Amino acid sequence: MKAMKTAALLLSGLCVSGAFAQGAAEKYTGVGRNATPKEVQAWDIDVRPDFKGLPMGSGSVEKGQDVWEAKCASCHGVFGESNEVFSPLIGGTTKDDIKTGNVARLKDASFPGRTTFMKVSTISTVWDYIHRAMPWNAPKSLSPDEVYAVTAYMLNLADVVPQDFTLSDKNIAEVQAKMPNRNGMTTAHAMWPGNEFTKNAKPDTRAVACMSNCGPQPQVRSKLPDHASNNHGNLADQNRPVGAQHGMQTDTKPVAPADKTPAKSAAGSVPTALLEKNACIACHGMEQKIVGPGFGEIAKKYAGQVDYLTGKIKNGGAGVWGNIPMPPQPGLSDDEAKSIAQWLAGAAK
Amino acid sequence: MQNQMTGRLRKAPENFVRGDGVATVFAEAKAGRRSFIRSAFAAAAAGAAATSALAQGGQNVPNVGEGDPNILEMPAHTKGLGQPVAAEGYGKPSKYEANVQRRQSPGLTQTRQASVSFAPLQSLFGIVTPSGLHFERHHQGWWDIDPSKHRLMINGLVKSAKVFTMDELMRLPAVSRFHFIECGANTGMEWGNVAVPTVQYTHGMISCSEFTGVPLITLLEMAGADLKKGKFILAEGADGSSMTRTIPMELITSGEVIVAYGQNGEMLRPEQGYPLRLVVPGVQGVSWVKYLRRIEVGDMPYATKDEAVHYIDLMPDGQHRQYTSIQECKSVVTTPSGGQMLLDKGFYNITGLAWSGRGKVKRVDVSVDGGRNWRTARLEGPVLAKCLTRFNIDWVWDGKPAIIQSRAMDETGYVQPTYQQNRAVRGSRSIYHNNSIQSWALREDGEVVNVQLA
Repeated sequence: MKAMKTAALLLSGLCVSGAFAQGAAEKYTGVGRNATPKEVQAWDIDVRPDFKGLPMGSGSVEKGQDVWEAKCASCHGVFGESNEVFSPLIGGTTKDDIKTGNVARLKDASFPGRTTFMKVSTISTVWDYIHRAMPWNAPKSLSPDEVYAVTAYMLNLADVVPQDFTLSDKNIAEVQAKMPNRNGMTTAHAMWPGNEFTKNAKPDTRAVACMSNCGPQPQVRSKLPDHASNNHGNLADQNRPVGAQHGMQTDTKPVAPADKTPAKSAAGSVPTALLEKNACIACHGMEQKIVGPGFGEIAKKYAGQVDYLTGKIKNGGAGVWGNIPMPPQPGLSDDEAKSIAQWLAGAAK
Repeated sequence: MQNQMTGRLRKAPENFVRGDGVATVFAEAKAGRRSFIRSAFAAAAAGAAATSALAQGGQNVPNVGEGDPNILEMPAHTKGLGQPVAAEGYGKPSKYEANVQRRQSPGLTQTRQASVSFAPLQSLFGIVTPSGLHFERHHQGWWDIDPSKHRLMINGLVKSAKVFTMDELMRLPAVSRFHFIECGANTGMEWGNVAVPTVQYTHGMISCSEFTGVPLITLLEMAGADLKKGKFILAEGADGSSMTRTIPMELITSGEVIVAYGQNGEMLRPEQGYPLRLVVPGVQGVSWVKYLRRIEVGDMPYATKDEAVHYIDLMPDGQHRQYTSIQECKSVVTTPSGGQMLLDKGFYNITGLAWSGRGKVKRVDVSVDGGRNWRTARLEGPVLAKCLTRFNIDWVWDGKPAIIQSRAMDETGYVQPTYQQNRAVRGSRSIYHNNSIQSWALREDGEVVNVQLA
């Protein structure tokens, strides 16, 4: 009896080790080391659809609204509906979709937009992504409770949970079972490079390489309108100046006479690199409003107020130019903030 | 503009008339002042001759008289002393190549940190994309990461989680392989109709390099990965977005997937994930995780943002195809292509690129009559699996309108479909994975424009 038990143990031990690849560690001696549990914990942040990896915690819709307005609304709009910087997150789903698990509007080719909540079928995906990558300019700065709260707020905006809801690791699976598009995904196609989903799926088109007198006489169905020929700049400048073919001249706009272009002093020149690096131009146009006011408008209102502007750039603000707040810019050094402020205070030309 | 000597179509070199000159001439023409137009064109023609001789290298001057001044008058570079060696420690292209640049498509994104730049396919030769012209796609801005501080972790269904430094990874046996990388959204703007003017914007989210690194399977074996239960891996990046993507174990056990640090003989460029990225041959670029910091072995797919919200293909029945990854067989003529112009009738070499995520390109056919008749092109070597293949075919242009297309076939027998064939199955709202046949219409004036056929 005892011998049998030992044999069984031995056998099971063999089976376990048999499933693991062997030998490579010994072969490449001295290369790599074991990770410590703390290291794995620091980096292993993914959350799967079965919620493996999800940290404990909770957050209410109400708290989520506060976090949202401070850190998310500037890019996504107060109701997750904005299309200014990124595609809308919320909208396009109905109570009926929550019942069926299929977003009906995805069948309607005339419905213009596709929001995140129209598409996503697993709330784990939303939680994971906010946790790892949001807010956009300060990823990984939200605590798990804040991520629960923001996720709860979005779920409430999408009518999946009520206003007084608190989302937690305990009830998140129940929420996933109410996602409006939970039944809207298929893996029945030939474009997954493994055999895990649909074995032996065939490509969905079966074109034949006809060689002569094929198909109908060609008729042009779609081409760029003439007025759009210069939308991508002057195409002559986007081709090598020598070769079998050159670029088309698409820039026929009159060139402004040189003497009418005001010269810009070096001190007052646009800090383009800084504005681009810190994504300021995602929300501010030079003159026109995008999400926030145009730089010209700011310059007019706060001429000469370098310190005030430096503070606003660093710490963000709300309420001056409408209800979408400007988020704090933790990635910006004091010198960088000041140099943008100086430019703005000096008329932003 | 007609060439007086030969009587054939011959466009002047571009920029020979200034934009303001053209506008003035058009305005005067509207006002009916014919004498003004005559004098304006005479002035422009005189300017063109001067421009040709100086800036254009004179290659388009039809009547050379006693001889081409570029031959008769010795230029400075023949009579003077040139630059010393190592004047540029890390060399760069000729200043005359300044037009060959990767570019953004205006209006595509609001911010340049979550955006894409397109490789100038119209100006490239062979199959390798110069590293500095490789298309870019960033999700939260790119970084230049200190390689001495970069780490790669392997965890999940492994005997012991492992950590590697770059020093250690570069000690392991390396492989070098040529592969294309194509963004799943390449040509995505054209699903509904023609949206952009040139091949740079229609197809420029593809590039091809020689990648050097360690097969991922080696590292998984070193960690003692459970290759039976572990059917999937999650690859994760170290940038702000910590880009994550599920990849099937089957691709990794085949040895194809590489943890790469080298690209075209140099280290990866920062825009391409320096110091470490995943190379997943045949699969859309989003899986080639940049700034690779972690591989987790797991027993189910991860439904990460980019496989559950983006890179999913909407079918007409309202279902999204999820985990669509393979880049199916596709090709495009790069010269002549949209936004270019032929200067003259006569001989041309039509050339382009073909590729397949399922293996080698077997054949490419070219049509100059909008797909009615096809001729098989020459495949230039090397012809490698999951790699760009260059094709060429001779053609004499008779000066009449033409519609130029290419159609590729891969070693599985799959034939690149037309727009009609793709739309019949997928509708036109897919965004991703558009591998339809591209049409370029050549007009009598020598200009080439992007079109789609009925």
